[in-house]
Amino acid sequence: MSGCSGVGVPGASATAAGARTPTGGAAASTLDGVRRKGYVHCGVSTGVAGFSATDARGNWRGLDVDVCRAIAAAVLGDASKVRYTPLTAAQRFTALQSGEIDVLSRNTTITFQRDVQLGIEFPAANWYDGTGFIVHKALGVKAVEELDGATICLIPGTTNQLDVTDYFRKHHLAFTPVVIERLDEATSAFFAGRCDAFAQDRSNLASVRARAPIPDAEVILPQVISKAPYGPGVMPNDVRWMEIVRWSVFAMIDAEELGLSSRTIDRALASDDPNLQRFLGTTGGFGAMLGVDSGWAYRIVKQVGSYGESFDRNLRPLGLDRGVNRLWSDGGILYAPDLR
Amino acid sequence: MRALAWQAGAVALVLALLVVLVVQTAANLRLRGLASGFGFLGRATGFEISASPLAYSPRDSYARALAVGLLNTVRVALLAIVLATALGLVLGIARLSRVRIVATLARAYVEVVRNTPLLLQLLFWYSLSQALPGPRDALRPLPGVFLCIRGLHLPGLAWHGGTRWLVAAAGALAIVVGLLRGISRRQRDRAGRALPTARLAAGAAAVLLVGAIAAGHPAVTLDRPALMRFGFEGGMSLTPEFAALLIGLSTNTAAFIGEIVRGGILAVDRGQTEAAAALGMSRARVLRLVVLPQALRVALPPTTTQYLNLTKNSSLAVAIGYPDLMSIADTTLNQTGQAVEVIALVMTVYLALSLVIALLMSAAEP
Repeated sequence: MSGCSGVGVPGASATAAGARTPTGGAAASTLDGVRRKGYVHCGVSTGVAGFSATDARGNWRGLDVDVCRAIAAAVLGDASKVRYTPLTAAQRFTALQSGEIDVLSRNTTITFQRDVQLGIEFPAANWYDGTGFIVHKALGVKAVEELDGATICLIPGTTNQLDVTDYFRKHHLAFTPVVIERLDEATSAFFAGRCDAFAQDRSNLASVRARAPIPDAEVILPQVISKAPYGPGVMPNDVRWMEIVRWSVFAMIDAEELGLSSRTIDRALASDDPNLQRFLGTTGGFGAMLGVDSGWAYRIVKQVGSYGESFDRNLRPLGLDRGVNRLWSDGGILYAPDLR
Repeated sequence: MRALAWQAGAVALVLALLVVLVVQTAANLRLRGLASGFGFLGRATGFEISASPLAYSPRDSYARALAVGLLNTVRVALLAIVLATALGLVLGIARLSRVRIVATLARAYVEVVRNTPLLLQLLFWYSLSQALPGPRDALRPLPGVFLCIRGLHLPGLAWHGGTRWLVAAAGALAIVVGLLRGISRRQRDRAGRALPTARLAAGAAAVLLVGAIAAGHPAVTLDRPALMRFGFEGGMSLTPEFAALLIGLSTNTAAFIGEIVRGGILAVDRGQTEAAAALGMSRARVLRLVVLPQALRVALPPTTTQYLNLTKNSSLAVAIGYPDLMSIADTTLNQTGQAVEVIALVMTVYLALSLVIALLMSAAEP
């Protein structure tokens, strides 16, 4: 049990918070552990393009990877101080529960059971997705309902597996599952024709299709049969750490709304907009309340970028539409509280 | 007396360590706010399983899903044990063949299979199946038989008559077999030659079945696989996942059993072979009646170890998507998050399976 109450000290001056322990001074705080280790230990996927995958030089890149980097920038001052551990869907929660990783940032759907029964906390959602299907074009399937009797490739333990089962039961349709643990093996089984369809979160489907021998021979169905909000996960016994993860995600979203980007943020330092001043840490003392220093949000934007930049860098090249993941002010549902 | 004290001490130490482990794990789980216990076994799974010997639906409990996985494991392990033993026997004999090329081929097989990882072999067999054509261009090795990437589809027999007819047919067959055995015994006493009882009984069963189908009896129909929109439906089918696992496990274990058989044959005294040959027995009969029965005594204990290995190795099925115990347990673990409980359960089940096999094998030892 942690003694953290999660309440900051009002009116505390914006001193460098390095020496100051958060309220309560819990015996084994994740933040202290991270500072001692000198890196944030982040659990990522075994390779999902756009979210967490290694590039040609072996560097991890993606929307979820940027969450890890934002946390490192806020806490350690350097976005590159992250250690990545690739995890399969089946390994991810155990790795978090056992304390092997500090944060799980791995296209993980937030569900009641994972939150309440598994005891994992999801401080924020950073992507809104849902289960969709990719099918071989030659079958002429236009809608999910036409997949009655089809063989469907699935990854075990995913919400997709449950969504597909639920949807087919609800519509009194039959299907045969082929359940293969590793994404790349399941993908190649689908391309080889072992399955008629492959069910995945819709954002994955674009990268699955991009890897097809003939991408034009595969078609992504327009239907999305479920809601799947992704978010980083942490353990519930350290409220302060949960807040750091939450506000690292919020800072990226707020930065986009404030019109900040990694290229323009230095110009904003001279601004007299009170919103910007609080964000940049020149006023307000929010960094100290969080247990970090005042430049935490500035560094996130400077080193990692705003949410929009992260999307443009990682997901836009895959040909993915931003859809509902636009800012609320642009007609989407991304909505982060202000630093206030 | 001193040895006894040492043994008691060792047992006490192991037990103490076990208690510490359990207490510590429980404390850690509580610390992390994780609910423990086996209550999840009664909850509905909500996922589908591709191949199930039991009636199963996503409404059924995790306990039932795990039972399905266990039956799938037992099914593939039993079949693979039979195939591996048969192939191993042939390999062991072939390695001792006087025909150079046969011995060399057998040796090459053993070395290749023994010295590459089983997981790689399983993926190899599975990827071979992936190279087969799609359902629309399925190969037709025999009329009514289709081979494609979805598996092997055979005509099957569909039974609509309920269990009463099945029991009656089995009873009738048992009576026929009994009569045949009586006749066979009398025949042997009189003419010195027994009747091929098994073959006659199988023939009788086949005649009964074909007769029933030919007569258009509604209880038995021939169910042919038919090409529908998404591949074949109806008939019997063998999935590529099952086939790859079965072939991989049996060809792999056969290499080890082959070496055990070779060792067993070499352990039989040469004098036995020579004496049998002096009686004018053919080489095949010497092997079958003199050498192999004695070789078996030596070969049986290490073969048991191979059977145990095979059964445990079947858990690699998770890599190629066959719904065995490990695969279902993996999904269960992931959907419920009860890692400690699921792993403990799976370990206990594999332990029990291994003990049963060891027990059966030790009963078979002469």
